[in-house]
Amino acid sequence: MNVLVYLVPLALALGLLGLAAFLWALRSGQFDDLDGAAWRAISDDDLPERGKRE
Amino acid sequence: MTAAQDLSVFVRRPAEGVEAMDLVVDGVYCGACIVTIEKGLSREEGVRGARVNLASKRVTVEWEEGALEPPAIIEKLEALGYPAYPFASDTADSAEMQAEKRLLRCLGVAAFGAMNVMLLSVSLWAGADTDPNPATRDLFHWLSALVALPCAAYAGMPFFESAAKSLRARALNMDAPISLAVILALCMSVVQTLAHERQAYFDSAITLLMFLLAGRYLDQRMRRRTRDFAVNLSAIRADRALKLAADGEAKETPIAAIKPGDLVLVRAGERVAVDGTIEEGRSQIDQSLVTGETAAAEVGPGAPVYAGTLNLAGALRVRVESAASGTLLDQVNALLLKAVEQRSSYVALADRAARLYVPIVHFTALATFIGWLALGAGWQQATVIAVTVLIITCPCALGLAVPAVQVVAAGALFRRGLILNSGEALERLAEADSVVFDKTGTLTQPKPVLANAADLTRDDLALAGALALASKHPLAKAIAEAAGAKAPIAAEEFPGRGVAAGYRGEAAKLGSVAWCEAEAEAAPVAAAWPDASLIALRRGERVVVFAVRQALRPDAREAVAEIARAHKVEILSGDRAAAVALVARELGVERYEAGLKPADKIARLKALAAEGKRTLMVGDGLNDAPALAAAHVSISPVSAAHIAQAQADALFLGDKLMPVADALRLSAKARRLMLENLWFSAAYNLFAVPLAILGYVTPLIAAIAMSSSSVVVTLNALRARHAKGP
Repeated sequence: MNVLVYLVPLALALGLLGLAAFLWALRSGQFDDLDGAAWRAISDDDLPERGKRE
Repeated sequence: MTAAQDLSVFVRRPAEGVEAMDLVVDGVYCGACIVTIEKGLSREEGVRGARVNLASKRVTVEWEEGALEPPAIIEKLEALGYPAYPFASDTADSAEMQAEKRLLRCLGVAAFGAMNVMLLSVSLWAGADTDPNPATRDLFHWLSALVALPCAAYAGMPFFESAAKSLRARALNMDAPISLAVILALCMSVVQTLAHERQAYFDSAITLLMFLLAGRYLDQRMRRRTRDFAVNLSAIRADRALKLAADGEAKETPIAAIKPGDLVLVRAGERVAVDGTIEEGRSQIDQSLVTGETAAAEVGPGAPVYAGTLNLAGALRVRVESAASGTLLDQVNALLLKAVEQRSSYVALADRAARLYVPIVHFTALATFIGWLALGAGWQQATVIAVTVLIITCPCALGLAVPAVQVVAAGALFRRGLILNSGEALERLAEADSVVFDKTGTLTQPKPVLANAADLTRDDLALAGALALASKHPLAKAIAEAAGAKAPIAAEEFPGRGVAAGYRGEAAKLGSVAWCEAEAEAAPVAAAWPDASLIALRRGERVVVFAVRQALRPDAREAVAEIARAHKVEILSGDRAAAVALVARELGVERYEAGLKPADKIARLKALAAEGKRTLMVGDGLNDAPALAAAHVSISPVSAAHIAQAQADALFLGDKLMPVADALRLSAKARRLMLENLWFSAAYNLFAVPLAILGYVTPLIAAIAMSSSSVVVTLNALRARHAKGP
């Protein structure tokens, strides 16, 4: 059972990491526009247009 | 003529030297729209950034202070192909947003807690607690406490706060037993752990919070979405008025920026956007949307005009919101105050269930405690069993029973074109057993159409149409539309009378019956169409009379027939008796009253209430507002006067009346589902509580029972989505 000594803290730490990520996403407004986010993901806007950029 | 616009009321200053404006954008559907708008706006000189919110169909634009004028942004968006309407986001808006974010944060914390505590609990259930050495079990309990206590303290705040508030108000709501059960379960678990006992309820407490927070979050989200939609809608149909500055220059100004005492110009053919008194000018005013009366009224200086009325003939200068007393507006406001005061406070189904439930549960727990003490059990054992009773009866399913149905039903109604202003409106709608309709603007459409086209020759109609094109008069527009006229004749307009032109060597004129000397021909038409406005065409000796009236909504007959199957239907109108009778006959409604003042409508509603009837009032006009407030439940079309809309429990969109019938049907089904859910919760308690009282419930059983009952209730609620047949 000694394995618990690091497994339990590890499990909790991972859980807290997930919670922190969720709270960060919430604070930075990522849940404000769920429909738009779906579309923004597939827009190619961030790529340089071929032939136009130097 | 396009007048300059003044949009300064909508501009915010988020930071030093930066100005921003929020706009509702019509027709944003996909990623391409986002890119077009954001790129298009960012290319403008001085624009710092633009951000589209696809879910709420809004765009926020920021620019350097003074770099550009707000109307330029609207023009740019128009040029990109997206009509945009500015709106001012109010504080209530952001408060709702904050509440929603907080619930989501709490839900995240509760979910984190529930997952990690379950991880520990499941291993205990799986056999770790049969380990002869209690050290591992105690360690797991302490770890659970470490996670559950702070999580519950944070995630439970919305419930604790609401419970404290209800305690102070001395009206117990569902949050009181929730808070009590959670707090007791946690305290007891800590004590159990200290005593090296086998059972702790950390998992139950935190899972309970998670389920309830999920229900609450869904509820809040539904409310905000309908609210967002209502704000968008009012931004899109926001009225503007031509405000006259001191130097006589007319500026198109949103109503929000017009103050009492301002002078406003209303041109012929325009809707009046403000309440006020006429300073200068004479005209005829169509007040049908305000009073229900379809005959136009002659007005001159000193006469009151109301928002929503239509200026038919000449230009008017209107002083906004005059202090003149005894006007219709004052009368309506006084009645409204009285109606709101007398409105009996409706107790929502969930609150009624809570009132019944809270004392029973707390009494049972207490009785269990005393019973076990009397039977010789120790303090500790008696407390443990009493608290299990509280946990097992904790209204997890009960807390979801009503909101889950509300969310699903409101979503289904929203797709059918009906927006609920409050959750309990659904319950009150379901209780309605009689329906009272206003006529003008509710059963009929606000736009006038030609009624007697079948009695006219094509030549007459074509000539009238061509003449009508030359006029700005709204009735003329209806004739031009019916004739399909495209090419106007060079005609001269005589304001307030009509238009005249030479046509194939003869003098032709289209206008008022008196001006065309068509009284004799008008009489039979007036008799056939008592609610119509008449327009005459004189061409040499030939005289034709056109009847223009407000047409019924396209599906009014079907909708009223469907409503009449289960409800008593009647019409209460401010219009003349002959006009109302015609509509009532067309719709097959037997009971109607005409020529009613706002007070008469309330009197009739009171009489219905005295008969024990619960009335749904459907109306739109300024004169309906008090009746809408006085009725058991009320619905307005989205085209209704602002004051009426504010009183209505729900709004329906579009030209069709069917959403009203849908609302009645769906709400009846939703109420049935709510009751089913409440009964299911009761049945579940009947089964689980005896087990708990006898002391057989372990944390495992509590977890299974709670989750399964919540799932059953939620699945049942999903059935509100599909309502077929009555």
